[in-house]
Amino acid sequence: MKFFNDIKKYWSYTVRSAKAELKSEVASSYLSWLWWILDPLLFMMVYTFIAVIVFEKGGKYFPIFVFIGLTMWNFFNTVVLGSVKIVKNNSATVSKVYIPKFILVIKKMMVNGFKMAISFVLVFILMGIYRVPVSYHILYIFPVLVVMMLVVFGISNLMLHFGVFVEDLRNVMTVVMRLCFYMSGIFYSISERVPEPYNRIMLQLNPAAFLIDSARQSLIYSAAPGRKVLLLWGAAGLILSVLSIKLVYKYENSYVKVI
Amino acid sequence: MEDREIAIDVKNLEISYRCLKSFSIRKSLFQLKKSKVEVYEAVRDVSFQVPKGEIMGMVGRNGSGKSTMLRAIAGIIAPDSGTIDLHGHNVSLMSIGVGFQKKLSGRENILLSGMLLGFSEKQVRDKMDEIIKFAELGRFIDMPVKTYSSGMYSKLAFSITAVLESDIMLIDEVLSVGDAKFKKKSYRKMKELISNKNRTVVIVSHSSETLRKLCTTLMWLHNGKIRMLGKTDEVLEAYEKFMN
Repeated sequence: MKFFNDIKKYWSYTVRSAKAELKSEVASSYLSWLWWILDPLLFMMVYTFIAVIVFEKGGKYFPIFVFIGLTMWNFFNTVVLGSVKIVKNNSATVSKVYIPKFILVIKKMMVNGFKMAISFVLVFILMGIYRVPVSYHILYIFPVLVVMMLVVFGISNLMLHFGVFVEDLRNVMTVVMRLCFYMSGIFYSISERVPEPYNRIMLQLNPAAFLIDSARQSLIYSAAPGRKVLLLWGAAGLILSVLSIKLVYKYENSYVKVI
Repeated sequence: MEDREIAIDVKNLEISYRCLKSFSIRKSLFQLKKSKVEVYEAVRDVSFQVPKGEIMGMVGRNGSGKSTMLRAIAGIIAPDSGTIDLHGHNVSLMSIGVGFQKKLSGRENILLSGMLLGFSEKQVRDKMDEIIKFAELGRFIDMPVKTYSSGMYSKLAFSITAVLESDIMLIDEVLSVGDAKFKKKSYRKMKELISNKNRTVVIVSHSSETLRKLCTTLMWLHNGKIRMLGKTDEVLEAYEKFMN
């Protein structure tokens, strides 16, 4: 399939350019890579403060609970929102040489995936500090992350495509993602705080909420995530990815005419 | 000329910029009357062949479709109809302001651009010193590209495509890059590149002198159509008469 050939062909470019971007990010700020840790850590404190002090509703291992949510949400949010204008932002490259456009999305996922990985290391450190008991359920984190990659890749490709033609998609998506943020239970537990039938609907229909919840189950609550739903989202992510790749392939050489 | 291998084969090429204008949701909500779809035909039903080793020039007024044609040959934009066959040759487009990532250093940009042109990391690294030397950037090579002056920017761009040689080179008005000294040097380099029998070159330029010196054939594009195609001198003469 053309897709895998292109991935192979552009793989080293993608890795290189992701590395270069991370490097330049480090070089251009004072606290450099410390931000990759500080950012989720500080936000965790903000949300923990709001939840525990203001609303007086915490939970077991609450800081870790928030931290896992933020770590995964940041990845989801940055990649999806960033993909809306990704062709325009790379117009310098895109208008001079042919590049499969989803390579830009993959590069973005690599950059933010790396940051997420660092954040996850911190999660494990926090788990050590809080002495969270772990079991083999922790291994479920891998399929959960794979499903997340598929879903994010599919959605981002769609954003990439429509972002070229619909100028104010960015404004719409900012609102949608904000709504999604509050609906995903980053700093509260959906299953405990939302009344019965609604909480299940929220958890199963919102991939961000479901995946974050699954990661928490496997990492801090020693439980298996809903395997059926996980499988379904995996399938949905795969179908979405395949369809969106086809869409991008079909129209990518018209993008330059618009930007 | 008949039995020479063909490098670029363009058939019935048509490219228009039509209804691909991006729209905003706000505009379409408040404008109940549909705005007219503008159709701009940049290239209309053009067919031609360039034999391997040929140096073809392209002239025409601004907006006559020259750059669009080069971009189509480079595979950056898709034709609306018609085909372009490069017979498996690799191609690079050299134009003003090659796509650099502004935050990265010159060195990193060389690597990334080279890899995008289809060279492996090792190939680019092997040529790295030559490119840096040719670009005459000195210590700026390790600074972010955003700190470059426009001349330095173009010099680096020129050097990358000139040193990393590809089978087909498309040159879009870049022969007037940099200061007088660099101009001479890049001109010499162009000549050297062009003298290679296996390389096919298409040059877009507004300088009659450059075209006369470098090209063997010349294509005159007018409103997206080929007005004339033939020996450089003949076409150039007609073109100059027309422009005056």
